[in-house]
Amino acid sequence: MSERKRGWKTLPKGAVPYKSSKDYQTGDWGVAKPIIDRTRCSKCTLCHFFCPEGAITVRVDGYTEVNYDYCKGCGVCANECPVKCIKMEMKK
Amino acid sequence: MSEITLKEMSRKPDALICGGRLCAGCDETIVVRQVMKATRGPTIVTSATGCLEVSTSIFPYTSWEVPWMHCAFENVAALASGIEATIKAMHKKKEGPLAKYPTVDVISFAGDGGTYDIGLQALSGAIERGHDFTYVLIDNEAYMNTGIQRSGGTPFGASTTTSPAGKVILGKTETKKPIDEIIIAHGTPYVATINTAWPLDVMKKARKAIEVDGPTFLHSLAPCSRGWRFPPEKTVEIGRLATQTCVFPLFECRQEKGKPVYELSAPSLAIAKRPENKKPIEAYLEQQGRYRHFFRPARKEALLKELQESIDTRWQILCEKAGV
Amino acid sequence: MVAKQKIVGLNGDEASAYATKQVDPDVVAAYPITPQTIIVERFSEYVADGLVGSEFVAVESEHSALSACVGASAAGARAFTATAANGLALMWEILYIAAGLRQPIVMAVANRCLGGPINIHNDHSDAMGARDSGWIQLFCENSQEVYDASVEAWRIAEHADIQMPVMVNFDGFTISHTMENVYILEDADVKKFVGKRIYMKTEGPKGEVEFKLDPDTPISIGPLDLQDFYFEHKVQQMEAMKGSLKAIKAVDKEFEKITGRKLEYVYPYKMDDAEVAVVGLGSAMGTVREVVDELRAEGVKAGMVKMRLFRPFPVEDLKNAIGNVPVLGVMEKAYSIGGPGAPLYEEVKTVLYDLPKRPFVADYINGLGGKDTSPEMIRDVFKSLQRIKERGAVLEPVSYVGVRE
Repeated sequence: MSERKRGWKTLPKGAVPYKSSKDYQTGDWGVAKPIIDRTRCSKCTLCHFFCPEGAITVRVDGYTEVNYDYCKGCGVCANECPVKCIKMEMKK
Repeated sequence: MSEITLKEMSRKPDALICGGRLCAGCDETIVVRQVMKATRGPTIVTSATGCLEVSTSIFPYTSWEVPWMHCAFENVAALASGIEATIKAMHKKKEGPLAKYPTVDVISFAGDGGTYDIGLQALSGAIERGHDFTYVLIDNEAYMNTGIQRSGGTPFGASTTTSPAGKVILGKTETKKPIDEIIIAHGTPYVATINTAWPLDVMKKARKAIEVDGPTFLHSLAPCSRGWRFPPEKTVEIGRLATQTCVFPLFECRQEKGKPVYELSAPSLAIAKRPENKKPIEAYLEQQGRYRHFFRPARKEALLKELQESIDTRWQILCEKAGV
Repeated sequence: MVAKQKIVGLNGDEASAYATKQVDPDVVAAYPITPQTIIVERFSEYVADGLVGSEFVAVESEHSALSACVGASAAGARAFTATAANGLALMWEILYIAAGLRQPIVMAVANRCLGGPINIHNDHSDAMGARDSGWIQLFCENSQEVYDASVEAWRIAEHADIQMPVMVNFDGFTISHTMENVYILEDADVKKFVGKRIYMKTEGPKGEVEFKLDPDTPISIGPLDLQDFYFEHKVQQMEAMKGSLKAIKAVDKEFEKITGRKLEYVYPYKMDDAEVAVVGLGSAMGTVREVVDELRAEGVKAGMVKMRLFRPFPVEDLKNAIGNVPVLGVMEKAYSIGGPGAPLYEEVKTVLYDLPKRPFVADYINGLGGKDTSPEMIRDVFKSLQRIKERGAVLEPVSYVGVRE
């Protein structure tokens, strides 16, 4: 996977970033991860708006889901869920 | 253009995407995500130097899906001025790469250091010149990017690394600059305070700010888990408490015939109507390590009373301005 | 074919403003400072009279002037500003950013000394303070050169192989406020010469794009660039600056085609058999030329080299121009307190050091704060150079011209 880093001759001019930060996963930062209990979820979507990472998206069916590749495990979603259907679980 | 409802907005892709490197639970990206949901079309973003800027643009990566630029710390409003002037010129000349877009909105994000202190001159100038842009102050009440030093936006009593709570001096001895009043006094067409605890309110105000012609100013309080010393999951909760205790009331101010017209936003209006719902300041302070010295080793009654009184006075003045 | 031109009376500031009017940049952001102010005044009049389509941004400081130009240029605009002295010093931070972020801004600098104590008159301490910032620096001897440079600068800045900001320097008051006859092109010929702005090709997360803030092709400009890449990006800049030496020549040739005026990086004068010569920048070189002629009439083999281009430093052209002269004096209106000499002296000496046969070089700091450098003083400089030649040694490497003790 070790990609050869570019030198001055091939780096984009003007120091323009040429990679999306989607290529930089932050999912291993946290010690806990949120688990959504959809049986109790009211589809309010607030967790989507409160997620600092943009790691919680809304599915077609209206439920939210967490992208663990980026979730830093901050726990804001669980703390804010109005029906308390999100639980932070320690990673193994 | 999409209507501002939670449902509509939840489907709109983020302008600031995953993979940024701010601390877990940072409110800055919550502010940016909510504000950027409210854009109405082509938008160019500028950021002042700060946590947000460094964490979302670490070369070779970028988290920005919209055209984004950082120049320096104190000049984000001047940078935006130049971009806005370009949009105007290209529209006028009907040539140049931005001429083809019916509107291009310019949004600037800056922290409290970049706004209250080092960037105040550029901001004041840009507002005086009437550039059509939206300035979003992300106020975490200290220089967090360099390690929690006090700024003109740090409130009275808060302990920071350059206003530490010591044996003799208990945190910052000066008060926070009244930045909203300073901006309103410029005759700014639209000024509002925003709090990510109320996403719909944030997005509605952001849309309004973008739509209003001329400079507009959104002031968000951005609780910082590292700098304010609270667990990261409490970010939104502490922000909410700031409004519930009237430390950070939510309001809008527009100009009508040269006069500022204040309006309290729902969460604060509810308190104005039923003052018994106003929470005491301790509820906000005691959750934050930066105010630990207010409570430990001994509770500082006089200090708490002084602070409560000053919050009450400011709240009363705001209610009077809003005619409540 | 040489285009039609007419002669008008313009001072240096007016020449700069007039050329800029003809170019009609999208954004002009500037702040008043003597002796540059006439430029922003004239330009404001052009805007007020509807003679240009430019947005004039009357900023609240020079720092914001250049910052607004950086934003404008990044958004795809042609952006112009003008300043002097402390105004340029206030821009210092943004000078490096404008260059580092490869924004082809054009800036006129009516050179004035830096405070303190405060003084509004000419020397080159302002421009010399900017010499490491990554801007191309042209120095003009008279209003004609100001006009020419102010038209040509856009093509240099925006050249596909350059994409760097350009600073057009001319002496405060001596040029900025002195009316001279200037040949000017017609508006249409200037427009045709500068053409439309060219954008540098770069690469964003979605592949190759033009380097500008455009909602259809979003890129991020001005990232956090740490240990792993910063040096590489600086080398890109240094190499591009080096490469611009070739590109500027090509633009000069095109400019010569329409104006008939041949532009060089350095102008040797009576250097072929010179035994003592002076090298320098700016308006003083006109006076030096007169003195050279007088000395020649008296039998002294005097010569001079005027530099028009200071950044990039025209190493080879300068070596060729200096030739085999045994004694060279550097006359400069700048200083480097605590340094071994003033900036131009240090650089000229560096260039000459590796030559198998190098001349004696002495530095003559003159004209600081607008102090007059008279023909008599310049004759003294040549006398001093002749003494060096006779003695075969430089006894006083750096001296001050015309200063009371």
